Amino acid sequence: MATAVQTVERENYLNSNYGIKSWLLTTDHKRIAILYLISITAMFWLGGFFAMMIRLELLTPAGDLISSDTYNKLFTMHGIIMVFFFLIPSVPAVLGNFLVPLMVGAKDLAFPRVNLLSWYLYMAGAITALVAMVTGGVDTGWTFYTPFSTTYSNTHVIGAAIGIFIAGFSSILTGLNFIVTIHRMRAPGMTWRRLPLFCWANYAAAIIMVLGTPVIAITLLLVALERAFHIGVFNPQLGGDPLLFQHLFWFYSHPAVYIMILPGMGVISEIVTCFSRKRVFGYEFIALASIAIAVLGFLVWAHHMFVAGISVYAALVFSLLSYLVAIPSAVKVFNWTATMYKGSIRYNTPMLYAFGFIGLFTVGGLTGIFLATLGIDVQVHDTYFVVAHFHYVMVGGMVMAYMAGLHFWWPKITGRMYPEAWAKLSALLVFVGFNTTFFPQFILGYMGLPRRYHAYPPEFQVLNVLSTAGASILAVGYVLPMIYFVWSLRYGKEAGPNPWNAVGLEWMVPSPPPTHNFDETPVVTWEAYDYEHQPQEEVTVGH
Amino acid sequence: MWKNLPLFPERASALAWQVDGLYFLLIAVSAFFTLLIFALIFVFAVKYRRSVHPHAVQIEGSLPLELAWTLIPLGICMIFFAWGSLIYFQEARPPKGAMEVYAVAKQWMWKFEYENGQRDINQLHVPVGRDVKLIMSSQDAIHSFFVPAFRIKMDVLPGRFTTTWFRPTKVGTYHLFCSQYCGTDHSGMIGQVIVMEPAAYQAWMSGGASSGTLASNGQQLFQQLGCATCHRFDTQGRGPNLTGVFGKPVLLEDGRTVIADENYIRESILIPGAKIVSGFKPIMPTFQGQVSEENLMALVAYVKSLAQAQQKGAASDNSSVPDTPNSQ
Repeated sequence: MATAVQTVERENYLNSNYGIKSWLLTTDHKRIAILYLISITAMFWLGGFFAMMIRLELLTPAGDLISSDTYNKLFTMHGIIMVFFFLIPSVPAVLGNFLVPLMVGAKDLAFPRVNLLSWYLYMAGAITALVAMVTGGVDTGWTFYTPFSTTYSNTHVIGAAIGIFIAGFSSILTGLNFIVTIHRMRAPGMTWRRLPLFCWANYAAAIIMVLGTPVIAITLLLVALERAFHIGVFNPQLGGDPLLFQHLFWFYSHPAVYIMILPGMGVISEIVTCFSRKRVFGYEFIALASIAIAVLGFLVWAHHMFVAGISVYAALVFSLLSYLVAIPSAVKVFNWTATMYKGSIRYNTPMLYAFGFIGLFTVGGLTGIFLATLGIDVQVHDTYFVVAHFHYVMVGGMVMAYMAGLHFWWPKITGRMYPEAWAKLSALLVFVGFNTTFFPQFILGYMGLPRRYHAYPPEFQVLNVLSTAGASILAVGYVLPMIYFVWSLRYGKEAGPNPWNAVGLEWMVPSPPPTHNFDETPVVTWEAYDYEHQPQEEVTVGH
Repeated sequence: MWKNLPLFPERASALAWQVDGLYFLLIAVSAFFTLLIFALIFVFAVKYRRSVHPHAVQIEGSLPLELAWTLIPLGICMIFFAWGSLIYFQEARPPKGAMEVYAVAKQWMWKFEYENGQRDINQLHVPVGRDVKLIMSSQDAIHSFFVPAFRIKMDVLPGRFTTTWFRPTKVGTYHLFCSQYCGTDHSGMIGQVIVMEPAAYQAWMSGGASSGTLASNGQQLFQQLGCATCHRFDTQGRGPNLTGVFGKPVLLEDGRTVIADENYIRESILIPGAKIVSGFKPIMPTFQGQVSEENLMALVAYVKSLAQAQQKGAASDNSSVPDTPNSQ
């Protein structure tokens, strides 16, 4: 992003100073967001490359393209990279970092240096994990189940675990920064009830980051210690309990899917209101649903273990709680839909992605109900049904939301518009490609094809070919934005401060924003999404 | 074309219909809500597009609506919860009198051992219409016993027994998959469940060369390993008399009571100090690393047979010491 070279005379965060040092030692939340954007984009392409290799192997029933060991390493690295190094930091560390201070009317996050430290920790963790992958790889699956990971795997488990361990601290520090910023640095008049729902969602995710991440850190540390020194926590031959690992792992990793999806939900709330020109339907319910998801999300972990050998009564309790956590998500979907009712709707790219999000997240959420249902989970657990469900929520939901947000705030971040026609085309490709890739996997799953299979019986081939075909469409849908976003940095139309005529403090400052965001502290006298009093046509609101 | 593209798994067990029935209900409800949301988005997006509806009508929200779309989905979920739990409970409780098969999973194969001592690798032969209970354990990583046509799945763990059961209703050959990722050849850890007519099953059973029943093999081990020196069939032994112990509550030294199930027997052999029976001293040495999974299963089968023999004995009012139970 060497785009600081601009014709714009006005000083902004991009052109205020130059040179590699001014980026690597910056404490500006906006620049750190750009650092994250570049790093997680690289990780996304790496993880995407692994996914493509997996899909190519699965074109034929026989395991003929790559060896079993290579295949196992590919899906492991795909999972580790996408979950820990792309999805978890995606919306919070890029868009959240950029927008939370702007949205609450602050000059920066509460702890700017800690914010920079968290990027360095992320990079240290990512590089450690990458070194483990390059020097031999890991083959445990991103779930690191014991005793396979502690005793039977011959790959670089410790390196990968340490990489995730380090990156976890980055997540904790980002969460801490958001919590303190949202509590302490809101502008005068920015009450909790006027707070944009994007901030509410990131706040809820931050709670999980701070409370949940230490548990995965301890768990992976125990795996590393058990591997190195045979301390006997998880290995039954040493008196340990392999199921203990699953409890600890999912105690973090189930809430972690809410770290991934909640900020995405926040993005959708901003976009649906803006392109419907309406206040959000049921503000309090959407805000509280975020908190409810964060709290209930901690109480459902053992629904990953219904066939693992836990007691039937434990399964009963965790099944019940899993339905409860589904309800706040449903409430959000209904409220977004109701927000469109009697709106004045425009179909710009962010809104198209938001439509996609609501639809695909609905499918992802409803298939989650299948998995919460005990008798059904027995059949579909550890099959492609789970793979499809997870990708509907994480790719159909989260990546869609991330793309929606990136298009929505791209003019704010760079000062330039992306090309609308190309963007609409890519949104369509992503939607079609995604469904073609993952819908067949629901059918494969109920038929009984287990996940993580390098080779499979021939009757499963047709649906697998369909899935691979969809993946190539999806890949084109992701390559296009990469090209036109870079193109827009130089050739994009100048955006102006508020190209969407949206409500919100971030749209009241120039694009790109000046280093200190606000020349004078804003005073908020309106509620979030006050589209009633927003002039209909595009005007420049500024100080 | 459709022959090469099955979209639904075969139904070959007594439970399969129940699972599928609930699955269809879930699909119907999900399809309804998905279409509802899609339709609403589509209708709103067209009807209220900016060119025909330039001024949005501001609406704050609606408590009745919020309550409706919180409580109605919750109510529907409770139906799924009840039905799903009923199926799960049935799956978790093997019926009395089920035929027992022991399974050992290891990287990357399945070993089955029948009550008469016959063994199978990657193939499980069962008679149609009969309840079959599997008692499983792993020699290394966690595996999972999955037969899609029966709609059952259960993880197979190292260090303990897990069980599952099914009643096959259709003669045929069905996929057996390991569904818990277990390393290099995970996708090769597959096998077949062969459901046979009872007569064919009997013929197959008697065809194999077996070296005594599982329980009698266990009895031999019981002597060889020296278990019998302490676990005597009277009250003089330094260890508890194992006659009639299986399946009964056992009072422990620390005051707790546990049921003597397969996992308790297993633990008592491998980690004898974990649960000391009331009135006895923790003097038994561990057999960890000295008994293979197969031998453990034989020992468990023997201890089990001591209980069955006693029951039979009590019924016929014959209190003689059981010596060769289940012998052929």
